[in-house]
Amino acid sequence: MKTVCLYFQVHQPFRFRRYRFFDIGNDHYYFDDYTNESILNKIAVNCYLPTNNLLLKLIRQHKGKFKVAFSITGVAIEQFKLYAPEVLESFRALAATGQVEFLAETYAHSLVALKDEDAFRQQVNMHSEMVEELFGQKPAVFRNTELIYSDHIGDMVSRMGFKAMLTEGAKHVLGWKSPNFLYCNTVNPRLKVLLKNYKLSDDIAFRFGNKEWDEWPLTSSKFANWVNQLDKKEEVVNLFMDYETFGEHQSKETGIFEFLEYLPKEILRHKSLKFATPSEVVSELQVIAPVNVPHPISWADEERDLTAWLGNEMQQEAFDKLYALLPKMNRCTDSRLLKDWNYLQCSDHFYYMCTKFFSDGDVHAYFNPYETPYEAFINYMNVLSDFSIRLNAAVPFSSEEKELANLAGILEDRDEKIKKLEEELQKLRSRKKKKPAPKTSSATEKKKTPKAAANVKSKK
Amino acid sequence: MRVLMFGWEFPPHISGGLGTACFGLTRGLSYISDLQVLFVVPKAFGDEEQHGISLIGANKVPVKHRKLNLKHFSRKLDYIEVGSRMMPYTDPDEYFQIQKSKSEKSAFQYVQTDEFGQIPFTGAYGANLLQEIHNYALVSNVIAQDYAFDLIHAHDWLTYPAGIAAKEATGKPLVVHVHATDFDRSGGSVNPVVFDIEKKGMEAADKVIAVSNLTRRTVIEKYGINADKVVTVYNAVEPLEKNDKPAFQKGTNEKVVTFLGRITMQKGPEYFVEAAHRVLQKTQNVRFVMAGSGDMMHRMVRRAAQLKIMDKFHFTGFLRGEEVFSMLAMSDLYVMPSVSEPFGISPLEAMQSNVPVLISHQSGVAEILTYAIKTNFWDVDAMADAIYGVLNYPALSKMFVKHGKEEVDSLKWEKSALDVKAVYDAVLQQFY
Repeated sequence: MKTVCLYFQVHQPFRFRRYRFFDIGNDHYYFDDYTNESILNKIAVNCYLPTNNLLLKLIRQHKGKFKVAFSITGVAIEQFKLYAPEVLESFRALAATGQVEFLAETYAHSLVALKDEDAFRQQVNMHSEMVEELFGQKPAVFRNTELIYSDHIGDMVSRMGFKAMLTEGAKHVLGWKSPNFLYCNTVNPRLKVLLKNYKLSDDIAFRFGNKEWDEWPLTSSKFANWVNQLDKKEEVVNLFMDYETFGEHQSKETGIFEFLEYLPKEILRHKSLKFATPSEVVSELQVIAPVNVPHPISWADEERDLTAWLGNEMQQEAFDKLYALLPKMNRCTDSRLLKDWNYLQCSDHFYYMCTKFFSDGDVHAYFNPYETPYEAFINYMNVLSDFSIRLNAAVPFSSEEKELANLAGILEDRDEKIKKLEEELQKLRSRKKKKPAPKTSSATEKKKTPKAAANVKSKK
Repeated sequence: MRVLMFGWEFPPHISGGLGTACFGLTRGLSYISDLQVLFVVPKAFGDEEQHGISLIGANKVPVKHRKLNLKHFSRKLDYIEVGSRMMPYTDPDEYFQIQKSKSEKSAFQYVQTDEFGQIPFTGAYGANLLQEIHNYALVSNVIAQDYAFDLIHAHDWLTYPAGIAAKEATGKPLVVHVHATDFDRSGGSVNPVVFDIEKKGMEAADKVIAVSNLTRRTVIEKYGINADKVVTVYNAVEPLEKNDKPAFQKGTNEKVVTFLGRITMQKGPEYFVEAAHRVLQKTQNVRFVMAGSGDMMHRMVRRAAQLKIMDKFHFTGFLRGEEVFSMLAMSDLYVMPSVSEPFGISPLEAMQSNVPVLISHQSGVAEILTYAIKTNFWDVDAMADAIYGVLNYPALSKMFVKHGKEEVDSLKWEKSALDVKAVYDAVLQQFY
C-alpha cells in the first residue's frame, strides 16, 4: 500500500510601498495597499476560490478517501480578512469536512528559525493559536518557512511538541536514498520527517503547462500510473507545492483544474494507492532511518539551500540588521510596532533581493514589486531604519533615549492638560457671555493656562 | 563687439553642468554694455516645432533663429537653434531613459555620449556622432557667413569643429572654452578620436579658456598647448532663488552627510562609502546619503552591505530640482570626493544652502574656495576625520556655514563674464 500525501502552502506577503529616504522619521506607513489588494484579489479569483470549491467538491464526492493538508501563514490570513473574507470562509468550509489538516508554521513566514529559538517558538505558538481559533484544530505537524530544515531546527521543533515536520527531499542530502519513506530527526528521533518527492511535485508545480516538456501533456491517469509504478516497497509519496500552482503559476488554460479534478479518481482507481494527511502518515508508517541534515536545506531553487534569501551580502546585511533589533523587540509592547515587526520578517523581502538571475530568475519575479534586487534592498533598509527609530523611541535603551522618551511623555501630558484647560476656559467664557461667572474660579483657571503653555514652550 | 557662441541648450531643457555654465556665462555677458552674443545651439527638432524654421546647407538642416527674452538677462538674446541630434552627457536618469528608448524606434534619436561623456565608438553609432559633429560644423560655416561678428567662442569638444569651421569661413579669431577634457571623463584612458578633436580645437584657437588651473595644466601638459595661450576663468553660481519651504523635512534628529551627483568613477563614490564606514565606527548619530544614479550604484550598494552599514547609509536614486533642494536643506555636510573634477559647481550650491562642504583637492573648485574642507580623494582616513569633526564640533560647522555663504555669494557670473571679456579684448588686440 502506498500513500499519497498532498500538501499546499498558502502565503502572500504585505509588500512595501516605495519608501524613500525622505520618508524616514516622517511617515510610518510602509505598505503598498493597492498592490497588495489587487494581487490578493487576483489570486483569490484565479486560484483560492476555484481551487477551494473544487477540493470541497472532491472531498464530498470521495467520502473520506480524499484528503489534503494546508499551511496558511498568519500574514496571508490577515490579508484574507482585509481584502477577501470569502476566501477565509471557503477555507473554513474545507476545515469543516474533517478531511483537511492544517499545519503549523511561523506566523509571519519568517526565517527566524535560523536566528533565535525563543522568537521562533513565539511565532509558531502565535500561528498555532490562530489556526486553532479559525479552523478548530490544534496543529500537530510542523512545516517551516520554505520547508527550511536542519537537524538543529528539527530538534527545536520536536521540543515544541510537534510529532512531525515537512521538508524537501533534497538530492544532496538523500544521495541514493528515496524520499518515499518516513524518516526521523537525527538529534531527536521522536520527530518524524516527511520528505517532498520533488520530481513528482515539480511535474505538477513547474512543468505541468510547459509544452517543451517531453511528458506534456500530463494527464491525471498518466500521473497516477507514475505513482503506481514506483518501487513496491516505497510507502509514501509526498506532493508538496505552493497552492498558487492551481490557476496562478499554472493558468486555468493549461488544464490544471481538470488535472486536479480527476486526480483523486485516477489515484484511487489503483487498489494499492490511497490518500492521507501528514498526521495519518506519521501514525500509520514506521520510520525507516534518520535523515542527516547538518546544514539547512529548503525547497527553493536548484540549490535547495538558503541562498535564495541569504545568498548575497545585501540579504545577509538586511537579515542581520533586522534581528539585531530582537532584544529590543522582546521588551516592546506597542501593538503597531509588533504588527510591523511581523511584516518586516516575511522571507519574501529577502527573496526580492536575490541576485541569482540566471538559474531561477523567473520564479523570483513572481509578484515581485521591484525592478532590481538593489532597489528591493534599499527600500527594505529605509523601512527598517524608520522602524528602528520608532522602536528606539518606544523602548529606550540608553539614558539619553530614556530621557528623551520621558520628555516626550511629559510634553504629551502637558499638551493634553492644555487642551483640557482650554476647553474649560471656553466653557467658562461662553457661560460668561450669558451671565458673569463667579469671579474666583475663572481667575485661577486663567492663571494656570498661560503658565503651562510657557512651560511647554521652553521644553520644546 | 559681437560674439558668435557655440554653446548648449539652457536648463531645464538640458540640465547638465555644461548647459548651466553656458547659461550663467551668457547671462553675465549680457550685462556688458558693448558686447552682444549670437548664441548657437544644437537641437533635435521634434515634429511640433515647424514654426519659424528655415533650412540651410546641402543636407537641408533645419535652423531656427529667435530672440529670447530671458529672465535676469539685461537684454534679449540672439538664439539660433540648429537641427542636430548631438548633446553632451546630461544626467544619468535621462541617459538611462534614452538608452532604454533606443531599442524602440522613435521618430528621432539623440546621438548621445555615454555617462563619462565619452562616445562609444562601436559600429554605426560612433560613426553617427562623428557625422553629426561634421554636419554641425558645415552648418556653422554657413551661419558664420550669414551673420556679422568679431569673435567666435566654442564650448567643449563637440562644438570645437564648428568653431574651427566658422573661423575658416570668416577668418575671425576663435576662443575655445574647456569645461572638461577626456582625461577627466575617462580616468586617463582617453579615446583617441575625442582627444584628436580636442587637440585640434585647442590648437586652432587663439585663446583657450580653462575652468580651473587643474584643467589648464591638463591642457598644457597633455595637449601640448602653449601656456601663454591658456587662461583660467573660474565658473560661478547662479544666486539662489528664494524657495518657501523644502518639500521634505528631516525626519530624524541624526546628522546627515550627503554625496550628491552621478555615481560614476569620476565622482569617487567608493571613497565616500569607505569614509562613511570609518565614521560609523566612532559615532552612530549620523546617516549617510548617496543621492544620484550611475553605473557604479549597484557596486556601491553591495559595498555598503558588505561593510554592514546599510542601516545608516541610504541611496535615494536620482533627485530632481525640488528634491535636490530638500536634500541639501536636511544635510549637515556635503561631500564631493571627485577623482578628477574640472570645476564642480555643486559644492557652491550646497554652500548657498548653508551646508558646509568637504571637497577633494582634485577638483577645480578647491582652488577658489577657502571655507571648505579639502582632502585628497584617496585619503579616506582624512575624509573620515573631517566628517567626524564637522559633525561633532559645532563651532567648526558654524564657521564654515557663515563664511562659506559669504564666499559663495561673491562668486558671480557677472565677474566671470568680465574675465571672459578680458580674454576677448586680448584676442582682438592681437588680431587687429
